[in-house]
Amino acid sequence: MGRVLIWGYMTVLYGFIFLPVAVLVLFSFQDSRLPVPPFNGPSLKWYGQVLGDSDLMAALGNSFLVALVSSAVALLLGFLAAHALARYRLPGSVLMRGVLIAPMTVSYLIIALGLLTVFNKIGLPPSLLATGIGHVVINLPLCFAILYAAMGDQQKNAERAARDLGASEVRVLWLVSAPMLMAPLLAAFFLSVTFSWDEFIIAFLLTRFEVTLPVEIWSMLRSGLSPKTNAIGSLVFLVSVALLIVLDLVVFRKSRR
Amino acid sequence: MTAAISVVSVHHAFGSFVALERVDLEIAAGEFIVLLGPSGCGKTTLLSILGGFLTPTRGRVLFGDRDMTQVAPKDRPTTTMFQDYALFPHMSLLDNVGFGLRMRGQGRAMRHAKALEMLAMVGLEGKASARPHELSGGQRQRVALARALAVDPKVLLLDEPLGALDLKLRRQMQEELKAIQRRIGTTFVHVTHDQEEAMAVADRIVVMNHGRIEDIGPPQDIYLRPASLFSANFMGEINMIPASAQGGGVQTPLGPVALPPLGDGAQTLCIRPENLGLSGEIALGEARLTDAAFFGTHHRCHFTPTAAPDLTLIAHLPQGGHPELGSLHQLYASSAVLLPQEETPV
Repeated sequence: MGRVLIWGYMTVLYGFIFLPVAVLVLFSFQDSRLPVPPFNGPSLKWYGQVLGDSDLMAALGNSFLVALVSSAVALLLGFLAAHALARYRLPGSVLMRGVLIAPMTVSYLIIALGLLTVFNKIGLPPSLLATGIGHVVINLPLCFAILYAAMGDQQKNAERAARDLGASEVRVLWLVSAPMLMAPLLAAFFLSVTFSWDEFIIAFLLTRFEVTLPVEIWSMLRSGLSPKTNAIGSLVFLVSVALLIVLDLVVFRKSRR
Repeated sequence: MTAAISVVSVHHAFGSFVALERVDLEIAAGEFIVLLGPSGCGKTTLLSILGGFLTPTRGRVLFGDRDMTQVAPKDRPTTTMFQDYALFPHMSLLDNVGFGLRMRGQGRAMRHAKALEMLAMVGLEGKASARPHELSGGQRQRVALARALAVDPKVLLLDEPLGALDLKLRRQMQEELKAIQRRIGTTFVHVTHDQEEAMAVADRIVVMNHGRIEDIGPPQDIYLRPASLFSANFMGEINMIPASAQGGGVQTPLGPVALPPLGDGAQTLCIRPENLGLSGEIALGEARLTDAAFFGTHHRCHFTPTAAPDLTLIAHLPQGGHPELGSLHQLYASSAVLLPQEETPV
């Protein structure tokens, strides 16, 4: 009886989470013009259209570019900040830690509005650069928090030994700290890429001519439902899943060893 | 290749806690020095100051005649062997040992050759490509030693390097450390709280307590002729008998003792248990054997002197056997020392 309840609950739970995704993916293979039942197909013609759409492909490229570059910057800044705050006694370090994490608690909409105002003031027009900066703002706290938590005494002692053996600060970071933190570094990077890849509001407010994929999908949705949006949605979902699988394989397998 | 070290009135405080109080110390080139003391005595602070990880609040550190007080660890001719080894887990043993040479800009072939040579010195030449986590504690310790010595430091600092090893391995590593130090002639400064380890390896022992140097000298001197009650007590078990001196004679509860006094006033007569027995140079009067236990190398016996029944003296009698419990004997001491009275030893 208990087992049945548990299995039933699990089925309902996972159904609730994944049914929309399953429906989305299913109707991306729809043969007719509307992604609504009845399902007739399967057909790959919408995928063909997606791959043939130069605007979509440009947005896809932009998304990758923004995700990779902004994540790399967020990772670098987060790593340096975490290292400094974990290793040195700095004046007001509790406050600094708080300020670094704070953007996590602010909604993306507020961050986007703030950035829009600031960029207006300094004359930086809405662009991929502006969006990238926005994504650094939201991912830096994440990278910082993950890396700060991962900095233990083992690294500290190894860093001390490296310094003792004649390593300059840069070489300590590059040859000892970073390689020893490889797993959390990769975790922070892939999570950042995933978040940036999916992010809509900041990208929507801070781009104009060159847009990222979520913004492009949104403008497609305005002209009504089409299995083409299902197809591109499925592709976005596929990329996110792939990133998570890579993360799991590379990072968690490694740290389990 | 090695350097003499002068520590000149070094004072160090962490906030309001004084870790070192005007410490002066001269270490000769090629010497094996052990800083010995209980935790919190300042020995590790002194080592960190020698390694450059701490800058003393006051005072100077000289290597040879170069003032090193303000020099960063990476620019000092010292390397450190850390208690937790601090090996680089992501590098092979070869790269671990070659790390210091790499930092000094040596080419790959040169540093690999030197690293292999150092690994051979510590008996790990077959494991050059292994990672640290594949090794046992003793092997990691050897790698840490090889890594620290690979750059030919003028001074090697050892921070409780054998603390994590079991007793048997520790004895073995002590012998190896001593042998390696003799062979390469580098100045070793070794920190420990284990007095047996200190005696096993040191040319000279520096006994520290509360941020000050209590005693300094070769192991035999420190053990047999300690400079203070703390030092006497820390080096091993010792019988302490209150004494007082007047007009050139020493008086104790056991009666007068034939030793030259330190001057008039209260002092303490110290006798190691193995120097107390049924024969010797200094007569201590009659005592009753109240307890005995066999310890392998000796019988540990409790004696209660007839003249001072509230004192208990501990004597190590030879393996052959101990007299019957409750019997009366004449006790004698050898190598007894008189030390000035201090606060009661803990």
